[in-house]
Amino acid sequence: MKIGIRKFFYGDYGEEKNSAAESTASRETINEWPLWEVFIRSKQGLDHKHAGSLHAADAAMAMENARDVYTRRNEGVSIWIVESKYIHASNPDDADALFDPANDKIYRHPSFYDLPDEVKHM
Amino acid sequence: MGTNTEEQFQQKIDQEIKIEPKDWMPQKYRHTLIRQISQHAHSEVVGMLPEGNWISRAPSLKRKVILLAKIQDEAGHGLYLYSAAETLGISRDEMYHQLHAGKAKYSSIFNYPTLTWADIGAIGWLVDGAAIMNQVPLCRTSFGPYARAMVRVCKEESFHQRQGFESLLVLSKGTEEQKRMCQDAINRWWWPCLMMFGPPDDESPNTLQSMQWKIKRFSNDELRQKFVDMIAEQVKVLGMTLPDPDLKWNEESKQYDFGEIDWAEFKQVIQGNGPCNKERIDTRRKAWNEGAWVREAAISYAAKQTKQAQEPLKFAI
Repeated sequence: MKIGIRKFFYGDYGEEKNSAAESTASRETINEWPLWEVFIRSKQGLDHKHAGSLHAADAAMAMENARDVYTRRNEGVSIWIVESKYIHASNPDDADALFDPANDKIYRHPSFYDLPDEVKHM
Repeated sequence: MGTNTEEQFQQKIDQEIKIEPKDWMPQKYRHTLIRQISQHAHSEVVGMLPEGNWISRAPSLKRKVILLAKIQDEAGHGLYLYSAAETLGISRDEMYHQLHAGKAKYSSIFNYPTLTWADIGAIGWLVDGAAIMNQVPLCRTSFGPYARAMVRVCKEESFHQRQGFESLLVLSKGTEEQKRMCQDAINRWWWPCLMMFGPPDDESPNTLQSMQWKIKRFSNDELRQKFVDMIAEQVKVLGMTLPDPDLKWNEESKQYDFGEIDWAEFKQVIQGNGPCNKERIDTRRKAWNEGAWVREAAISYAAKQTKQAQEPLKFAI
């Protein structure tokens, strides 16, 4: 019988094309701690950036593990963690539709506009 | 759409465009990476065991905290790599299972024993040195998560090699007994380290395809040669020698010639008959089995906390 447990991976948007190891992913994973994504702010004034992932039973443990695993050498001053299953990612197959239209809108860039040399500070 | 062909995949690779987890990839690319990354992760984790033997026996507090920090790094490296493999669709528990069932391989080097304190220095200098030689090109490997994990690993690994060499340097300037211990460790670790690069190119079944997919960027023999050239010079600073009568500088090829590696020994160790194979796997299994109640308790506690947070307060109106 197929049990209704769905395993999520980083960047997973839940489509069927997953191949290969998918078949092996069901074994003994029921007791596996959930996966979390870790984001680190390397210093004040910068954005949090994805650093990696880890398994933890709950948010508190994920935070402690993130601190031990990803900030042993002054890599950060602040940590965000989020359970991986809450991340929604765009589908690589949609990349053309999503991102190609930007290519033919060159008028969005300042270099599109020719101005006389006399115009300063623009 | 018909765009997901193997040809187009290869074109991306040729243009140095990284492959990300949810991009289309040939089954064999996925399988090769799962195998290689999980073996690499296992090596980091099993690699902690020979060193763990010396935490309580380190000669000073300074050496002890250095060793602890190094071993903690290895655990982290294992975690980065397991995470990278997980993006390919294999679960962490499945990888552990493969290791504990004896189905997964890990670096043969960790099946050798650490007999004296000098072995810890030799591991840092030679074993981590060989690992770095393998790992630096992997920072540019074609699979994004693997490459990113390796960048992190390489940043941390250089401390490992330097502390090892420095530790041997102290021994090499010590008493006669310490010098003997230093030379003995080098003698025992040298050949197994050369084997770490894997079988020679003409017998390495996976190299060709892996090069085409830019998983690997240099062949086993190329990396081994670079390692020999590096260590043959460094050993002079220690005033020690490498246990190879055939080792000598070749003016023509501008590299060191070295003796024949005992591939029969390599095969024996890979097949499970090295000095410590059984001990290493038994230790891992014991840790896994004895930690089961902790894993279960943590999950139960987390579930209970979530449930309590969802229940309305008993005395609320």
